[in-house]
Amino acid sequence: MKYVDYERPTSLKSALDILSEKGDVTKIMAGGTDILVKLRVRSEQPDLLMDSKEIPELNELSFNHDTGLTIGAAVPLYKLYADADVKKYYPALVDSTTIIGGIPIQGRATVGGNLCNSAPSADSIPTLIVLGATASIQSSGKLREVPVSEFCTGPGSNVLKSNEMLVTINVPAPADNSAAHYMRFIPRNEMDIAVVGVGSYVKLNASGDKFESVNVSLASVAPTPLNVTEISKFLSGKDVNDENIEKAGQLAKEASKPISDMRGTAEYRQHLCSVLTKRSINKSIERIKGA
Amino acid sequence: MTNIKEPKKYEVIGTRPLRPDGTDKVTGRAIYGGDFEMTGLIHGKILRSPHPHARIKSINYDKALELEGVIAVVTADDLPVNPDGNISIGYSRGNILAKDKVLYVGHAIAGVAAIDPHIAEEALDLIEVDYELLSAVMNVEEAMDSSSEIIHENSFMKEFGEMTVTNNNIDEHFQHKMGNIDKGFENADLIVEGKYSTVMVHQGYIEPQAATALWRTDGSLTVWNSTQGSFPDRDELSNILDIPISKIKVVPLEIGGGFGGKIPIYQEPVAALLSKKAGNPVKIIMSRKEVFESTGPTPGGYTWVKIGVKNDGKITAMQSELAFEAGAYPGSPVGMGSLCVFAAYKCDNQLVDGYDVIVNKPKTAAYRAPGSPNAAFGTEQVIDEISQKLGIDPIDFRMMNAISEGDRRVDGPKFPVNGLKQVLESMKNSPQYQKKLKGSNKGRGIAVGYWFNVGLQSSCSITVNTDGTVNLIEGSTDIGGSRASIAMQAAETLQIPYDSVNPSIVDTNTVGYTAVTGGSRTTFSTGYAAHLAAEDVRDQMIKRASEMWGVPNDSVVYSKGQFSSDADPELSMSFKELASQLENTGGSIAGKGSINPKKVGGSFAGSICDLEIDPDTGKSTILDFTAIQDAGKAIHPSYVEGQMQGGSAQGIGWALNEEYFYDQNGIMNNSSLLDYRMPTSLDLPDINTIIVEVPDPTHPYGVRGVGEANIVPPIPAIANAMKRASGKRFYNLPMNPPAVISKLNQDL
Amino acid sequence: MSKKVHVQTIINGEDVEFLCEPRQSLLECLRDVIGMTGTKEGCNDGNCGACTVILEGRTVTSCLVLGVEVDGKELTTIEGIADGEKLHPIQTAFLENAALQCGICTPGFIIATKSLLDHNPDPSEYEIRWWLANNLCRCTGYDKIVRAVQESAKKIKAQAGG
Ligand SMILES: Cc1cc2nc3c(=O)[nH]c(=O)nc-3n(C[C@H](O)[C@H](O)[C@H](O)COP(=O)(O)OP(=O)(O)OC[C@H]3O[C@@H](n4cnc5c(N)ncnc54)[C@H](O)[C@@H]3O)c2cc1C
Ligand code: FES
Ligand code: FES
Repeated sequence: MKYVDYERPTSLKSALDILSEKGDVTKIMAGGTDILVKLRVRSEQPDLLMDSKEIPELNELSFNHDTGLTIGAAVPLYKLYADADVKKYYPALVDSTTIIGGIPIQGRATVGGNLCNSAPSADSIPTLIVLGATASIQSSGKLREVPVSEFCTGPGSNVLKSNEMLVTINVPAPADNSAAHYMRFIPRNEMDIAVVGVGSYVKLNASGDKFESVNVSLASVAPTPLNVTEISKFLSGKDVNDENIEKAGQLAKEASKPISDMRGTAEYRQHLCSVLTKRSINKSIERIKGA
Repeated sequence: MTNIKEPKKYEVIGTRPLRPDGTDKVTGRAIYGGDFEMTGLIHGKILRSPHPHARIKSINYDKALELEGVIAVVTADDLPVNPDGNISIGYSRGNILAKDKVLYVGHAIAGVAAIDPHIAEEALDLIEVDYELLSAVMNVEEAMDSSSEIIHENSFMKEFGEMTVTNNNIDEHFQHKMGNIDKGFENADLIVEGKYSTVMVHQGYIEPQAATALWRTDGSLTVWNSTQGSFPDRDELSNILDIPISKIKVVPLEIGGGFGGKIPIYQEPVAALLSKKAGNPVKIIMSRKEVFESTGPTPGGYTWVKIGVKNDGKITAMQSELAFEAGAYPGSPVGMGSLCVFAAYKCDNQLVDGYDVIVNKPKTAAYRAPGSPNAAFGTEQVIDEISQKLGIDPIDFRMMNAISEGDRRVDGPKFPVNGLKQVLESMKNSPQYQKKLKGSNKGRGIAVGYWFNVGLQSSCSITVNTDGTVNLIEGSTDIGGSRASIAMQAAETLQIPYDSVNPSIVDTNTVGYTAVTGGSRTTFSTGYAAHLAAEDVRDQMIKRASEMWGVPNDSVVYSKGQFSSDADPELSMSFKELASQLENTGGSIAGKGSINPKKVGGSFAGSICDLEIDPDTGKSTILDFTAIQDAGKAIHPSYVEGQMQGGSAQGIGWALNEEYFYDQNGIMNNSSLLDYRMPTSLDLPDINTIIVEVPDPTHPYGVRGVGEANIVPPIPAIANAMKRASGKRFYNLPMNPPAVISKLNQDL
Repeated sequence: MSKKVHVQTIINGEDVEFLCEPRQSLLECLRDVIGMTGTKEGCNDGNCGACTVILEGRTVTSCLVLGVEVDGKELTTIEGIADGEKLHPIQTAFLENAALQCGICTPGFIIATKSLLDHNPDPSEYEIRWWLANNLCRCTGYDKIVRAVQESAKKIKAQAGG
């Protein structure tokens, strides 16, 4: 690892000042579970590492029935998945965050870091996308909101400018008759990176026999987390039955653009898209019915 | 659960005492290779090749030397020249620091020593190497093709023991023959054959290689490292650095796993050369990436097997061809693989061909029963296929053809007493096998495997303390509780409590030659040496008692920890009492034992695996697993079980997910513990163990080394279970989810 | 050129001060700067758990924490588990169950077990395997480690009860 300076600002303002002054040679560190590895293999070589964990705004974790959930960019996963409101209203976030790394990784890693690292395999991003989450991004004097579905622009790249930082992720309040779910496939049972991941969000009609809307987002099958809009188009208004869900799986498979690598062949990944999409949609439906 | 039927006849052997080094290891006090500290210590890093095959046109390290904090740089030019052209020393040196060519990604090129490891690492970037790229040869099929790029331009193939004039990538082709193979196949009612391929995998020890070297101005060299064998390291350092063994001391520190991979040395000579230039002790710890790319994994390659049987189940002919990757330098375990391939089965007509093949990958090293798993992946599947075709229970079929004492192995020697049949019987009677496996997509597979006990030299000495305890001095590094199992044998022989034996593992100047902790030999050979040293102590104590009592030496007997004399029933003294009087009766007593046993037996192991395949994702889940092994005599049953469970876990990982995943450019893509995917605690079931005890008559306590054979059967047992779960036969490793899905979709 | 930072922390209940470069991991600081080598390195990138320590009540892999980050924080390492010469029940259970072979993974497992049992005194076998999945052991196949953790839970409960 190259020599690097370290700062730990305790206010958002001083953090943003640092970024406006030397954002191009600075990297932000939340849990550090991605960035420290990158520094070590020297795929990133910033002059300054700015620790974001002491910034109060980035540690917010709050829920409100009208406005939904606010996740500060530095909130560690273990806090998130242990939160009573998150457990109750956003089980899909629990699905995602309890499988990132293992217990010691979850003691440090953040959803903010997962999002800003922008890996195609990131386990929380598909869930955030299907839940309709937005990212609050701040630079000195400017705040902007970007839908998470538009946040990533390529493997490891995103819409953030060098003077900006992610402050919070905002997830809308859950609607009635709706639920979401995330699952991934890995060859091991823990400590592995998604070969394919699927987040699904399903909203049914009041009687529970028709889809009102369905969002499906896939991990590890394209340069960015993939939002499969074809599925929502197809399923909206349709009956809840195996045939339609089967077709949704097929659509996910067709939308995917995977590559072959050490985690799986393109062909295999496409196959999994369909298998996991069906399973995940069914799990979301089960969650609605179980509630 | 362990089930040992034999009545207990020992006091210490067979019990489960705490290990002597245990407290230090659970408190963090034990000093492993990387923990070593010394005044003046500086840190080394190694520059490694990014290319699988290239000529080194030039190396320039001037800029590296200019970096503040850098103290020394070494390259192959700092190694002794090789005037007599000894090929094997040339290869050894070549693997330490590449001279004219780099032969694999990760091949060491230069070493840098600096005041801290970060500066040493930065200096690596400042070394300029000019390469001429050559095309890389990445697997045995490619390498055996005569049009492939030749890796060692000046070496020639050995065939049937003779040097030929053929310059290719085959280092050696050999053959073992017995009976008449053609006739054997003619007599068969059924012939099954198949070509089974495996890929390179790593031992995966958790502690990366770590070594510190100090080359003093008087020309003496001391190395502190984590190693499976300090004496072989000393010999190798002497060869590579061309200094006499008398100038070298190797001090073995605690070792964090080896499985064969810490038999060779890698960075020790580099640290030594850096220390010579710098004048300071130099410590080099490998990164995990270096461990994968630059140490010795076990080879991939293929095992082709053809077996003929009569309808009644009797095997009439067995033929095999094995070709294994040696890596960049000769020496794959194909020799051992070819001796194991049919070890379990009796048959008069056998033919085995082996090829040791050079490829642009790291030089392979031993890994738990080296070569045997690759071979068994073929044989045990063909055997399974035959038993399915004949409708005979797979255990019964193996029992019908199992070798017995006196049967010949393909290379000639007769099998000594062995426990194969008892292992098979225990498998059959095991709770798991007795239970029916129900449900779709589930299958049960079984397999057996063999590995030798290599014998080799061991030495121990024992000194008696006045309080009745003894110090046991040994040279075998303790990777899995061997201090305990060796001390237990000494205690048994001395008829004193286990707690009274204090073992120490010492450096190469302090005990007699002791070969590696490996080859399933430590509990056997070093235990044997400890027994001999204990006998020596006992005999000297008897003599001392006879002198003290003034009775004839041969009237003194030692039984149940008491010395007594036939000459006078009043005379009696405990070991402790006699020990307390040594000072005034002639001084202290030290016993010694050294051995180099030949004709040592081996160990058979079996696995039973129940698994379930998810037909949608191709993922296999192991539902139940039993490991069975002949331990001869289990000295410390817990550590025997531990070996069986650990070997099974490694076999399961090898079967299902582990592999060196190379891209088209000959670069390993998964050189991290995240992407290499060894089993985690969540990937394995409870591993049941059944210890079988058929004593090896060549050992005083009947010990058979159990370190290795246990990794052999899990792999084919899993393949056989997958066949029974899916109806498909798996010819390639790993049998990972993508492979399963593509197999299930075949012939749909 | 490199600058060193002053760090003040509490390790195993004792005040510790040290100087380090920001690029030095907590693992490196423990081992090379402070000289506490009980915490081990197996991968240096979060994948093996050999370097596990407890930081502010949570298990973390110390190779993925910077030394500078622990300024003002509290740490527990393997050196702080025993009570003087008296082993912690987890340590005893690991020894009695032969849950270590080479022992390089053991400090990490003991720390992870401590934190598991602090959070969940009565874990199921699945919960044990889940919690420990970030800790690799290549020697044991985990069977005896799981037994040792189960034993530890029993011992701790018995101690608390008695
Ligand atoms: C052993 C191991 C296992 C893992 N397993 C998984 C897994 O299963 N699934 C998975 O998805 N990931 C996995 N990861 C990756 C990683 O843990 C996750 O991506 C994690 O969520 C990253 O969070 P962090 O807080 O540690 O990020 P950091 O490393 O702190 O940051 C990640 C990136 O985000 C940037 N960043 C952080 N905060 C901000 C901010 N406020 N504003 C702008 N940019 C910011 C950083 O500069 C950096 O580029 C694993 C990592 C390891 C080491
Ligand atoms: S050394 Fe930190 S997790 Fe492996
Ligand atoms: S005991 Fe060796 S790695 Fe666990």
